[in-house]
Amino acid sequence: MSALGNLFLRREAGILVMIVLFSIAVGIARPQFLTINEFRIVLLLIPLILIGAMGEMLVIVARHVDLSIGSTQALAAIITGMMFKFLPGVPWPVGFIVAIGVGAGLGFANGVLTTLFRLPSIIVTLGTLNLYRGLTFIVSNARQVDRQYIPSDLKAMSTGAVPWIIVIAIAIAILTYWFADHTRVGRQVYALGSNPVAAPLRGIRVNAVTLMVFSISGALAGLSGIMYASRWGFVNPSNTGSGFEFQVIAAVVIGGVSINGGVGSVLGVVFGVLLLGCVSAALPLLGIPGTAQSAIYGAVIIIALLIDRSVRQRGIRALAMQRARA
Amino acid sequence: MKKSLILGLALGLTFATGAFAADPLKIVYVGKNTGNPYFDSITGGFQDACKQLGCDFLFVAPATAEATSQIPIIEAQIQRGVNVIAIAPNSPDALDQVLDEARAKKILVLTVNGDIVGNETHRDANILPVDFTKTGPDQVELMGSMIGYKGEIAILSATTEAPDQNTWIAAMKDSLANNPKYKDMKLDTIVYGDDQPEKSTTEMEALLSNYPNLVGVISPTTVGVAAAAQVIQQRGIADKVHLTGLGLPSEMRDFIKDGTVKAFQLWSPYNEGWLAAYFADGVSKGTIKNEVGQKFDVPNLGTITIGDKNVMNTQAELTTFDASNIDKFNF
Amino acid sequence: MTDQTSATPVVTALDAATPRPRWQVILIRPETMTLILLVLAFVVSSLLSPYFLDINYILQSFTLTAEFSIVALVMTMIIIAGEIDLSPAANMALSACLFAWTFQATGSMPLALVVGIGAGVLMGVFNGLLVIGLQLPSIIVTIGTLTLYRGIAQIIAGDESIRLPEYFIGFNTWLIAGIPAPDLLFVVLSIGLGLVLGTTIYGRQIYQTGTNEIAAQHAGIRTRRLKMGLFITMGFVSAIAGIITASRLGSVRYDLGLGGELQMVLMAMLGGTYIFGGRGSILGTFLAAWLLSVISTGMTTANLLPATQLCVLGVLLIISIIATNFIYSRTQR
Repeated sequence: MSALGNLFLRREAGILVMIVLFSIAVGIARPQFLTINEFRIVLLLIPLILIGAMGEMLVIVARHVDLSIGSTQALAAIITGMMFKFLPGVPWPVGFIVAIGVGAGLGFANGVLTTLFRLPSIIVTLGTLNLYRGLTFIVSNARQVDRQYIPSDLKAMSTGAVPWIIVIAIAIAILTYWFADHTRVGRQVYALGSNPVAAPLRGIRVNAVTLMVFSISGALAGLSGIMYASRWGFVNPSNTGSGFEFQVIAAVVIGGVSINGGVGSVLGVVFGVLLLGCVSAALPLLGIPGTAQSAIYGAVIIIALLIDRSVRQRGIRALAMQRARA
Repeated sequence: MKKSLILGLALGLTFATGAFAADPLKIVYVGKNTGNPYFDSITGGFQDACKQLGCDFLFVAPATAEATSQIPIIEAQIQRGVNVIAIAPNSPDALDQVLDEARAKKILVLTVNGDIVGNETHRDANILPVDFTKTGPDQVELMGSMIGYKGEIAILSATTEAPDQNTWIAAMKDSLANNPKYKDMKLDTIVYGDDQPEKSTTEMEALLSNYPNLVGVISPTTVGVAAAAQVIQQRGIADKVHLTGLGLPSEMRDFIKDGTVKAFQLWSPYNEGWLAAYFADGVSKGTIKNEVGQKFDVPNLGTITIGDKNVMNTQAELTTFDASNIDKFNF
Repeated sequence: MTDQTSATPVVTALDAATPRPRWQVILIRPETMTLILLVLAFVVSSLLSPYFLDINYILQSFTLTAEFSIVALVMTMIIIAGEIDLSPAANMALSACLFAWTFQATGSMPLALVVGIGAGVLMGVFNGLLVIGLQLPSIIVTIGTLTLYRGIAQIIAGDESIRLPEYFIGFNTWLIAGIPAPDLLFVVLSIGLGLVLGTTIYGRQIYQTGTNEIAAQHAGIRTRRLKMGLFITMGFVSAIAGIITASRLGSVRYDLGLGGELQMVLMAMLGGTYIFGGRGSILGTFLAAWLLSVISTGMTTANLLPATQLCVLGVLLIISIIATNFIYSRTQR
């Protein structure tokens, strides 16, 4: 375990190095990038993706994938927004319960389809991606929830010296770390993803664990929905959550989570999200037109994959050498 | 026998004329996308006008603001045999073929709220909210009045390709350069928010970071100005950075009320729909001739002139919204 | 009185189970489900709107998705071989952009075609190198290349459209024997690729590679070469599809075909292709392409909200995958 463990640490270190190098490079061209203010801007860009990435990470580690988180975010956000609009008497923190509840329900549905019918999650969540988005339009009658209906206390959570949404995002990351590394169920997720055939033989209740990771992913996507309302101040059935799943999966992959399951660390994903946030924040500063943003994202993903592979190769070779020596 | 013949003829005639008089005009308006509150206003105008005129009205729009998604919708409407297709085009040229197909079937094609620049021959007429050549200078004047005609300003626009944005920005630059009244105002930069709230927000934040001496931002797009207002409100810098632009009263009302934004401008999208319906009805009945230079009257809007390239303006001037009149509007 | 007829047959290890009756083999397969859904879609669409049932209109509407359908055929083969390629739509866009840009710069149509198609092939090669050469998982690689290609297209074309010459526009309106050219192209390609996949040794090898790559390698199949060939073919076909789309739209923008990869995967799935490889057919994808076209045309003609269309699509996908799985598991002996 030690050789592999060391390599893993090196994986996260690799991303951290990328972040530092990138920031220095941008900082030379634009010194404002290295200010506290800019750091705040980066931090404000990432809470939604970070929260979504925590949930998605668990799903991918379990050897599944959840493509529906963007639509889940939208549907949860629009239902919460409509509650704010049509039931203004309800205290606004209830919105959190509603958003998380709706998200968990939608995630649970994904889980049911995957386990009960033994369907590949990539197809199921591709279907629910469309289905939930359609429901978002239908439920809201294709109308957005305007800024004046979102409670100002909620919007205030995204302002101030240390905005609440960042605190919440960090808290979720810490919770996920504790869950993944220090609880039995968390370790079962890893075991399940690493070897789904052997898992039941080891006493893991495959269906229950799978349902759980999908529900968590949905719940966190729902949380990101109400945080969308907080950060941007409104909810729109077309825009909210559009492209979200893509950003999240990119961050998770960059963070070193293997698409084959069983491997991945919270710290890596956090760094992955941070890297993407830095890149996003740097682009307008550098005056790079939004048109080049996609190309850069694509390049970042491919570079991360190549790094990942070379790390793995070195790991395999190191292990082989260790065994040869032993 | 003669009697029954006459009776039969009379009946036949009544049926025939009855059939001629019955068919209501079928109008469809294809918006840029669904879930966009701006088009709800235009649709309102269409619907109310059609209630008065007795025409059938339908609003459809694709899920995403792409031209390619508008094409199947237009084809379906042609297949359904509508008489008038009004559209807010998502692209200046991708719709040329399908619009020609519609006109070949004698369907009246109107572009409403925006035009297919460079391809005007593929549509019959265009309805714009105001005289677009005046919008740029009007916005610069409003900005100037808020900052004492002195200081650095920036523009937060929509997409780089949007023809209306580029028309206004060109006019703004022209005003700033040539009008001596604005000699102490400097345009630092133009950034593009792509009409997306998230991108507009981050571009605004970058503006504030990059240009610490900025005193004013003009955002001639409803999405951009609302997002920028939110940033200013969140940071509490309304007295340092002044914001104006083209905004929807419904979205900007709170910002006016708490002083984040002093004033902004727009036109009435509702009136565009109203005018378009009346125009289509007039053309189909032959009471309005679709020719440059023609004038006709529309209830509530006065006399409308058909300008160059068959373009009509719904109102002459921009409406300025501020604390004194913001509550009077409900769109 | 003899006990020959009443003797219980002794089943030895060499006896196989009785083969399934021929009618079952022909009828109970995922493509049948697609066919049933197609017929159902026709019926429902006709009921929803009286304007739907017009053969010319239906054929013309198909041209709107014909380009994606053509690429979906190759996508099916790649999925059967056990990989996936999510970059074809971006490939279409970039190839079309390079094609249009070259034409604008040089005025030479042959050169532009060479550049466009060549670029598509190169992109296919790049995908293949990353997936097969470096052994990276194809789903992530192609998500990366899809972003990259789309991004490069954005850099080249910016936010503007590049116009094409008049004589090149309107491929979808050219009628051959009364049928729009893209539809005909799709049918011809389906027949061709269907024959390749179903009857040739190469086709057999694709199935075997998808079922179990290691076993296929041990059986002497050059799987790496096979898959590389598929990625290159995908690049080639995507480029052509991109140029056809450009002809239909009259101009090229970087967002040509945005979201198309999902539609293609959808078509393959609805046609009964198994996402993990080893099973699927061209016939299924062919029927599924028509199914998708009929559904979206029918719903648009009936003025149903795009929201409803999304829901229907989502539900359809889930139902079809349940049915496909069910059929496959039942036909296992």
